[in-house]
Amino acid sequence: MPRQITLPSPTFNLTHHTLDNGLRVVVAPDRSAPVVGVAVLYDVGIRSEPEGRTGFAHLFEHLMFQGSANLEKLEHFRYVQSSGGTFNGSTHFDYTDYFEALPSNALERGLFLEADRMTSPRITEENLANQLEVVKNEIRVNVMNRPYGGFPWIVLPGVLFDTFANSHNGYGGFEDLEGASVDDARDFFTRYYAPANAVLAVAGDLDVDQTLGLVEKHFGGIKKRRAPKRPNFGEPPLSAERRATHDDPHAPIPAVAIGYRVPDPVGSLDELLAHVMLVEALSEGDASRLQQRLVQRDQLVTDIAAYIGEFGDPFDERDPTALTITAHYPDAASLEAILRAVDEELARIADDGLAPGELDRVRTRLVSMLLRELDAVISRTLSFAKFELIHGRAELIAELPERLAAVTEQAVQAAASRMRPERRAVLELIAGGTR
Amino acid sequence: MSGVPELTAPRRAKKLSVTERVTEHGLKVIVVRKPGVPLVEMRLRLPFASARATHPARSALLSDAMLTGVARLDRAGLAAAVQALGGEISVGVDADRLMIGGNVLATNLRPLLELLAAVLNDATYPDDEVGTERERLVEKLAIARSRAGVIAGEALAHRMWGEHPYARGLPDVDTVSATTPAQVRKLHADMVRPRRAVLVLVGDVSPSRVLDQVDAALAGWTGVAPVGRIPPLPESEPGPLLVVDRPGSVQSSLRMGAAAVPRSDERYPALQLANLIFGGYFSSRWTENIREDKGYTYGPHSRIDHNVLGSSLMFDVEVATEVTAAALLETLYELGRIASLPVTAAEVDSVRQYAIGSLALSTATQAGLAATLSALAAFGLGLDWITEYPGRLAKVGVDEVSTAAAEFFAPARLTSVVVGDAHTITAPLAALVAVTADP
Repeated sequence: MPRQITLPSPTFNLTHHTLDNGLRVVVAPDRSAPVVGVAVLYDVGIRSEPEGRTGFAHLFEHLMFQGSANLEKLEHFRYVQSSGGTFNGSTHFDYTDYFEALPSNALERGLFLEADRMTSPRITEENLANQLEVVKNEIRVNVMNRPYGGFPWIVLPGVLFDTFANSHNGYGGFEDLEGASVDDARDFFTRYYAPANAVLAVAGDLDVDQTLGLVEKHFGGIKKRRAPKRPNFGEPPLSAERRATHDDPHAPIPAVAIGYRVPDPVGSLDELLAHVMLVEALSEGDASRLQQRLVQRDQLVTDIAAYIGEFGDPFDERDPTALTITAHYPDAASLEAILRAVDEELARIADDGLAPGELDRVRTRLVSMLLRELDAVISRTLSFAKFELIHGRAELIAELPERLAAVTEQAVQAAASRMRPERRAVLELIAGGTR
Repeated sequence: MSGVPELTAPRRAKKLSVTERVTEHGLKVIVVRKPGVPLVEMRLRLPFASARATHPARSALLSDAMLTGVARLDRAGLAAAVQALGGEISVGVDADRLMIGGNVLATNLRPLLELLAAVLNDATYPDDEVGTERERLVEKLAIARSRAGVIAGEALAHRMWGEHPYARGLPDVDTVSATTPAQVRKLHADMVRPRRAVLVLVGDVSPSRVLDQVDAALAGWTGVAPVGRIPPLPESEPGPLLVVDRPGSVQSSLRMGAAAVPRSDERYPALQLANLIFGGYFSSRWTENIREDKGYTYGPHSRIDHNVLGSSLMFDVEVATEVTAAALLETLYELGRIASLPVTAAEVDSVRQYAIGSLALSTATQAGLAATLSALAAFGLGLDWITEYPGRLAKVGVDEVSTAAAEFFAPARLTSVVVGDAHTITAPLAALVAVTADP
């Protein structure tokens, strides 16, 4: 009999509130350290970019830092940092986030700064031209000048998915980026940056009532606009294998990305969790199936990893989302052998199930990792906002250990049995660099 | 400016208390109870410097193969045992130290320490596993050296430190290929010893109980690693700008460096503030100039690195190939400006708050505090340093920051390299500074 293990669950004290203009607010006090997190997530990401404007959601994210109703250019950064805080923003497939981690005596300032740009960012020709260059340099440093840059998240969606929304390069082509205008940006703001299309999360060293009062004071006056209706971007599983290649002029050895469409992460959360357990069993640590088989036994690959979500976070996207397996390997001729070994390992799980104790150890480590990610106030704040926006319930974070505990071996087997060769997209990276 | 809320009165952080003990075998154990999430973070730091030419290769392979088997468990068995605790153990090495890091559900610390002890006492380095890791290391080195930043970092280290062990960051492939499992086992037997090692544990734990658990688990880990003689860091000669060709690069990777002072030096707080003003945070002069005004880069960074034998002031930036010379011009201008003209009180106020706030944020997590304490311990510093440093920052005067800037940021004292498309960038760079293609 497997030992019964008890998994710790985090506990949070969450308060929800919706302003008259539609802004959804989540407040989570934790007075253990004098720091607060402030995060605003807008329900717009790479998938909502118009055709001919690839990369626009990310370019627009940059423009949100270029001054706002009451702030000149550079002032946003200076106010955050001279308060002792840090800031950032990032663009995802289904949302865009903006956030600050601050000493708690700067809480009202942080709320003011977010409200000010939700009111009106300063979108000018000069700022657009400047940030276009910055973004092009971001793409150069992260993609064009770097081996395996953007691999596979920029290219694999184009093989695995069909619609423009799901398949295009989310960093953007230079031609599209250069074509973006101030009018495009104003339209994008009007359409997608309405308070009713956003979630604000505030967590840390705060008083709930006082914080809700400050939120009302700074965000309450922002004019109500209708939130856009989000289309359903879902695509059914593939029925025939797809293959493509990608040239990388700097890479010294080849790589492969194998993508599968997985069930709706929101509508079929329990199925998604079975897939989450599956990828952990496949590639987390030296005891995992693919590490043992491909790295240690067959020695076909230098490394191998399996993950869900284009950026490795299974809770980051709505339907559709992908399960991806990536590997680097020294011998370009071994691709078919690698694919065969992956298929065999998946079939072994689907047919024979897991080894005694395997499900429990994978689950225990997974819960431990989920908890660890919640230690930093800003990660916690972002998680509350993300689960509220994507899953409709920030509370879900605290329930995940229980939900994971309910995932059965049969569910993991079922997940493995879905990953058949005809359902995969294979992207082979051709190494053009010198060894 | 209008309407920006003032800061309210700051709240004090809860005082953390540290419990320390040196075990009978000379291992220093530092435990901090820090609730938050029900986990504990572990950092075991072992001095690992050596002047031997084969050391980078042997220590890298030791690091990669350390967890591939212990007396009673094979590679997968060890990994499964750690995973079942909700734990993780990882190993890394650099020119100064071997770091065995990890984390685990707090209730499972004792069995994790027992597995750690098995690794320390009984790592087996099986021939076949070492062979596998040797091949992987060769591939990983090829991947690392295909990155412009790695090439630039190696070139700068070589120019700053010549033949000193610090200049050999990554091992060379031939030495790795020639390394045997027996050599790795011998290195473990010689160097993986408790005396002068420091174990940091931070988390939701009771310090006295943890100390007892450490004593029990590591009782059999004994011995002293020999202290190798490492020459002091050489004074670096700035010399001309080294241009390293990486044909087809769409960006140039500029790296500059010079000696700095350690945290214990009385000039350090002023130097840290000067560094933030120059390029150490987003609102710095360098970033506001070449990113937010000119758009030449995604972002420049300057920082102070602390190694056991010396601290260094380091600069890095990737700029579009066509504006390489223009970006160097602005960089030299900002360096010259901060070295020659006083900084302003407003700049110092801003970076002072940022330095205090970011230290608080970075030590507010279990992992962040454990990493900071482990890094400080190498210099004989501890939790006191973290709690007292904001007070030291508060006392720094504007003129002291200007003095530190003049002393450390003078462009004439910086060693510099650039990696990029030499055919395109060399002539425009040569119009500004002396350049060379000879490493």
